[in-house]
Amino acid sequence: MGAKTFNGGIYPPGFKELTCSKEITPANEPEQVLIPLSQHIGAPCKPIVKRRDTVKIGQKIGESAGFVSSTIHASISGTVKEIKPVSGFGQCIVIENDGKQEMDPSVKPNPNPENLSLDEMRNIILEAGIVGLGGAMFPSHVKFAPPEDKPIDEVILNGGECEPYLTADHRVMLEKPDRIIAGLKYIMKIVKCNRGSIGVEDNKMDAVEALRKAAAGSDNIEVVALKAKYPQGGEKQLIEACTGREVPSGGLPMDVGIVVNNVGTAIAVADAIENGTPLIQRVVTVTGNGIKNPANYLARIGTPIRELIEQSGGYTGRIGKLISGGPLMGAALYSDMVPVTKGTSGILALEHSSLDRAEERECVRCAKCVDVCPIGLEPTTIMTYSKMGEWDLANENHVFDCIECGSCSFMCPSRIPLIQHIAHAKNMISQKEREEKEKAAEA
Amino acid sequence: MFPAMLSLALIGGLFGVVLAVASKKFHVEVDPRMDAIADALPGSNCGACGYPGCGGLAEAIFEGRAPVDACPPGGSEVAAKIAGIMGEEAAAGDEEKQIIQLMCGGGKENCGDKYAYIGVQDCRIAKSLMGGPKNCDFGCLGLGTCAEVCPFDAIYMDDNDLPVVDHDKCTACGICVETCPQALLQFVGISKLVHVRCRNTERGREARAGCKVACIKCKLCERNCPQDAIHVKSFGEGTVAIIDYDKCDNCGTCVEVCRMNTITLSEEPAAGLAAAAVDASDDSDNCGGCPGAGTCAN
Repeated sequence: MGAKTFNGGIYPPGFKELTCSKEITPANEPEQVLIPLSQHIGAPCKPIVKRRDTVKIGQKIGESAGFVSSTIHASISGTVKEIKPVSGFGQCIVIENDGKQEMDPSVKPNPNPENLSLDEMRNIILEAGIVGLGGAMFPSHVKFAPPEDKPIDEVILNGGECEPYLTADHRVMLEKPDRIIAGLKYIMKIVKCNRGSIGVEDNKMDAVEALRKAAAGSDNIEVVALKAKYPQGGEKQLIEACTGREVPSGGLPMDVGIVVNNVGTAIAVADAIENGTPLIQRVVTVTGNGIKNPANYLARIGTPIRELIEQSGGYTGRIGKLISGGPLMGAALYSDMVPVTKGTSGILALEHSSLDRAEERECVRCAKCVDVCPIGLEPTTIMTYSKMGEWDLANENHVFDCIECGSCSFMCPSRIPLIQHIAHAKNMISQKEREEKEKAAEA
Repeated sequence: MFPAMLSLALIGGLFGVVLAVASKKFHVEVDPRMDAIADALPGSNCGACGYPGCGGLAEAIFEGRAPVDACPPGGSEVAAKIAGIMGEEAAAGDEEKQIIQLMCGGGKENCGDKYAYIGVQDCRIAKSLMGGPKNCDFGCLGLGTCAEVCPFDAIYMDDNDLPVVDHDKCTACGICVETCPQALLQFVGISKLVHVRCRNTERGREARAGCKVACIKCKLCERNCPQDAIHVKSFGEGTVAIIDYDKCDNCGTCVEVCRMNTITLSEEPAAGLAAAAVDASDDSDNCGGCPGAGTCAN
């Protein structure tokens, strides 16, 4: 039997050899950090510090502003310089490092992590500011509180890391398999289920072995080797591959009794519950042919990515593209003075000469996008409706089920930016719905 | 050959009789006023009224579901015609004609790009990438989405990548106003000539860093305005100079004192249009598609 997988998908070149054998090294202490108030899906945090305040490592500096929201913490000790907007990141709290590296007294190990009630554990996760580290940054305490009528019977940890170039999760799985298993057990306890599995692509068999070894004593935890195919690490694709269940259109994993978390999130959960550590650092892969010495760093949240790039020896030459995240789903940046956030899994710098910027041509109806769509949508149809401004028709063609993985744009021989059109249709429909709601509220 | 002709003639005759009978028997009485209303409407199906095209609005007006002045592009003229057809009193048509003004002067000469945007040429899509490629997060993105959505072809992009509205063609349907992701297009009475071409609400230093003609909130205009019509007011998340058009009398004092050339005094639009008409008559090659500023719409 071959490795488990899903329908559709693409096989982009991996480029993971640049960093996959490089151990996670602590990044240099940054001179200053820019901590965005919004590092999660939902309402941005309310800042609870002001200019000239002194803060310590792990001190809460922004509190949750609603149910779907999270908290943020100082990742260095120092003084709050200002709260200013950074283009693309919203309002950020700027902290100057005083070099004292003082820990906040609130960060202390929990004497009895086993005896905590479920609500206490959820509260610890909220107060530690834990969000999904895979990139979507969904607040974990919300994910861990499924409604009563939707019982969870399996927790899946996502070790797919299907995006080319990124190796942050791969290194975490190799170096801290015990902590991942510990975190998985806590998550299983919180959502009251007895089955856990970890899905890892089969191009990382060393990680599969390490996790199997760490999980040796636990019968209810299975490490599943999945076919190396993009987007294997997509939540819905992972569920399909591991369990054969299909998340219904417009539904969430909990509709089929499953909670999915990134492997890094599991470690953050274990650290928060046992050691009381809030989420103030994460593993970031700094890579690409534009970086002199690609590496994996454990970086403080808010570190300007320029400092990580400098630690890697800087750029090799003229950079054509700087991306936060992977090449397929990451966001292009225009400046390296932007912070590492909780969702930054990698920084990718590509040389200008290595980019292929072919011009867009007409759709030739080859349907390659339809073949590769992991959801089974017709990207070309939705794209056409988006171009025409036919939002209702786009909606009828299930535009909201698109996970924006970019497989269609990758495959398109006419080089049509399908994803841009599809994301635009989503934005316009959401905007229209919001306006209609506001109108209805006024009336 | 002969039987074929005969049978076709017979079939044709039979269908003719059936259709003639059916048209008498199933005749639907259509009120001629409905057709008259549809004729009075502009017929461009722009959708500004919210009904499915001009036919939809004609039906709605006839059935009393919509008022006689429901067509924004038609204005008071069309409203009066329809009111005549419906036998109603026309609404007072003394309201000033509204035209579209762009509240940004940051074309590519004045406001550079922070990154090279390579993607779909649509302002709304470009804005979703870090607020758009322009140095100013509030300014016109210059990709011409307003010109594209205009059903009347009344907007074109000038050499500086800013939209220019042909007030002759513009019917004030408002589709561009709704479409602009930066909310920079605004309805203003046609007699108003002084406009603050900036909606950047950042502090002066930051605004100036991005654009040569940004409002720097120095308040010189506010202090010098004899009519007390212009104020640096809170707008969005910051402040920017905003004119109270009810008080402004086009004196142009603020235009003179503004050191950033943010505030502009435009020519009388009527005069500009007249000049264009004269030009058109001079030379048969002149299509007259431009509003007279010498910029070709084609």
